[in-house]
Amino acid sequence: MDAITQFDLATTGLREVNAALHKAGVTGSFVIDKPAGAHNVAVGVNAPVQVTVNGHVGYYAAGMNQLAEITINGNAGTGVGENMMSGVVRVTGNASQSAGATAHGGLLIIEGDAAARCGISMKGVDIVVGGSIGHMSAFMAQAGRLVVRGDAGEALGDSIYEARLYVRGAVSSLGADCIKKDMRPEHHAELAELLSAAGYSDDTAEYSRYGSARNLYHFHVDNAGSY
Amino acid sequence: MTNWGLRESATFDRNAISAIQRAAETGIYDIRGWGAKRPLPHFDDLLFLGASMSRYPLEGYRERCGTDVILGNRNAKHPLHLDIPVTIAGMSFGALSGPAKEALGRGASEAGTSTTTGDGGMTPEERGQSKNLVYQYLPSRYGMNPDDLRKADAIEIVLGQGAKPGGGGMLLGQKISQRVAGMRTLPEGIDQRSACRHPDWTGPDDLTIKINELREITDWEKPIYVKVGATRTYYDVKLAVHAGADVVVVDGMQGGTAATQEVFIEHVGIPTLAAIPQAVQALQELGVHRAGASGVQLIVSGGIRNGADVAKALALGADAVAIGTAALIALGDNHPRYQAEYEKIGSAAGFYDDFQDGRDPSGISTQDPELAARFDPIEGGRRLANYLRVLTMEAQTIARACGKAHVTHLEPEDLVAVTIEAAAMARVPLAGTEWIPGRSPGAGL
Repeated sequence: MDAITQFDLATTGLREVNAALHKAGVTGSFVIDKPAGAHNVAVGVNAPVQVTVNGHVGYYAAGMNQLAEITINGNAGTGVGENMMSGVVRVTGNASQSAGATAHGGLLIIEGDAAARCGISMKGVDIVVGGSIGHMSAFMAQAGRLVVRGDAGEALGDSIYEARLYVRGAVSSLGADCIKKDMRPEHHAELAELLSAAGYSDDTAEYSRYGSARNLYHFHVDNAGSY
Repeated sequence: MTNWGLRESATFDRNAISAIQRAAETGIYDIRGWGAKRPLPHFDDLLFLGASMSRYPLEGYRERCGTDVILGNRNAKHPLHLDIPVTIAGMSFGALSGPAKEALGRGASEAGTSTTTGDGGMTPEERGQSKNLVYQYLPSRYGMNPDDLRKADAIEIVLGQGAKPGGGGMLLGQKISQRVAGMRTLPEGIDQRSACRHPDWTGPDDLTIKINELREITDWEKPIYVKVGATRTYYDVKLAVHAGADVVVVDGMQGGTAATQEVFIEHVGIPTLAAIPQAVQALQELGVHRAGASGVQLIVSGGIRNGADVAKALALGADAVAIGTAALIALGDNHPRYQAEYEKIGSAAGFYDDFQDGRDPSGISTQDPELAARFDPIEGGRRLANYLRVLTMEAQTIARACGKAHVTHLEPEDLVAVTIEAAAMARVPLAGTEWIPGRSPGAGL
């Protein structure tokens, strides 16, 4: 069994912690205590390690993650898991705005609520939110899946491209070119798979699917009022 | 035969009439490439005071005049050390063909300078041929990934560009080939919008954290540039430095674009000449201008055409310049040998600016495989290297004439202006006088 490396951010500098996580051939498990809202915790990890952060983190925690399984036992600030490529990032509390922004792959799980712009410009990541999400979420979302077990705020999926959105609760409003779509069997199947991966077993019949109407894919003056 | 009684309106000239007619016919604004085409106070309005009795010149071809520049040495473990103070500005794969990007890398490397990616990510051709490659971090984050971030020699966070400060981008569907679409994670053939704001930060305090994130991800190895379009340059540069930028890139309104609304290009932003002194003042007040290991370097772009422009930008306080439009022209863009083909698409050599539509006869701003195949990246790279050498030699010629052993030793005191507007913007005296308009004691910014 791999050793567990323990860091206390109250006494150890962030640079030292991230440098340890970036070491070539790094393996094993890491525990980071007392983050006290520190920004940029466990960013740029590129190895199949397990990282557990005990406490609240600031901006961009687990940013650009590759391969690692990172669990934040607390709340996360802006841009948790931003531009992540692979691996799993889990936040047991709430996440601030722009969670999973521009992320290309992997699975981001937020057990609580996520604020505005969750999944903004997402490019292939899967995001599962246990609670609700704020306004302008999935703005210009290009690819990937966003699952919301609660409600969605205003202008969901504004100017969305090919990402697929599943929401169980109410949607305050849909953004430009985002429409409600049928839940076909393959959608129930992929939703069930995503929920299961995140540790949930909801009835997928309670969910609705949203995606792009693809009316704004080519700029045309007749659509000027839609923007 | 010309009828001398005809008089063209200065207000409703042929361009204005054509624009009205085009708008009435199409119902949509005009999108084009290039930068501002209107007349503006520019480097041509400045002159150097060569040495004579009160200054010693240096001997051309004999006495050394250095041209190297170090960029990004205040935080990064590996700052860039370039042989010449002329860099290649960010231009995307997508806007440009793969061979054109490769040629930019080849030419820049041969001349000892850096090139820069663009919206849409890093291509292997470009990385492979670029000794020093600056990786742009843009609002769209198309193709952004940490592997390429680690492969880069520097990172440039783009807030805007001179052709469209405050605007995002649009790559029209005809240029979205399978490869371009794949790199950007979008369907082939659709119009691709590039966001005007970053998705996960707003304002200088957030930018500080973002810069630190990029440093942490890359283990503090690489210089971080911040690029702004020239508008409120004094304040923007101060905020960029406060946020932690190692290098600030200021792009004036003559700076080029691949696709932007004509009204945006011509009416938003300020001229390069007006932006440089504002940027330099900001750096000086922060104690980081030409400050060695604790300095923040300034790169200026927007309308650099010849070695005199390079020398004038450096004399005003830039540490280096960047070229985009000029680099494309050096590669072969707008060359007279394509005149007949330019005419077929309603343009002419020397006027072609429809970089957005993908039909570039020179094979540079296109994703059409047949057109792109016309362009030879090796020949293009050689042409660019030639041009970069000429720019450098021309700048050295002027620097030696002003008695400088390094091109960055040029200073505002070496310059005068030939117009009142240029004197006011560049903050150098009107030629033959000691008058700098707007700089009387007590004058503000």
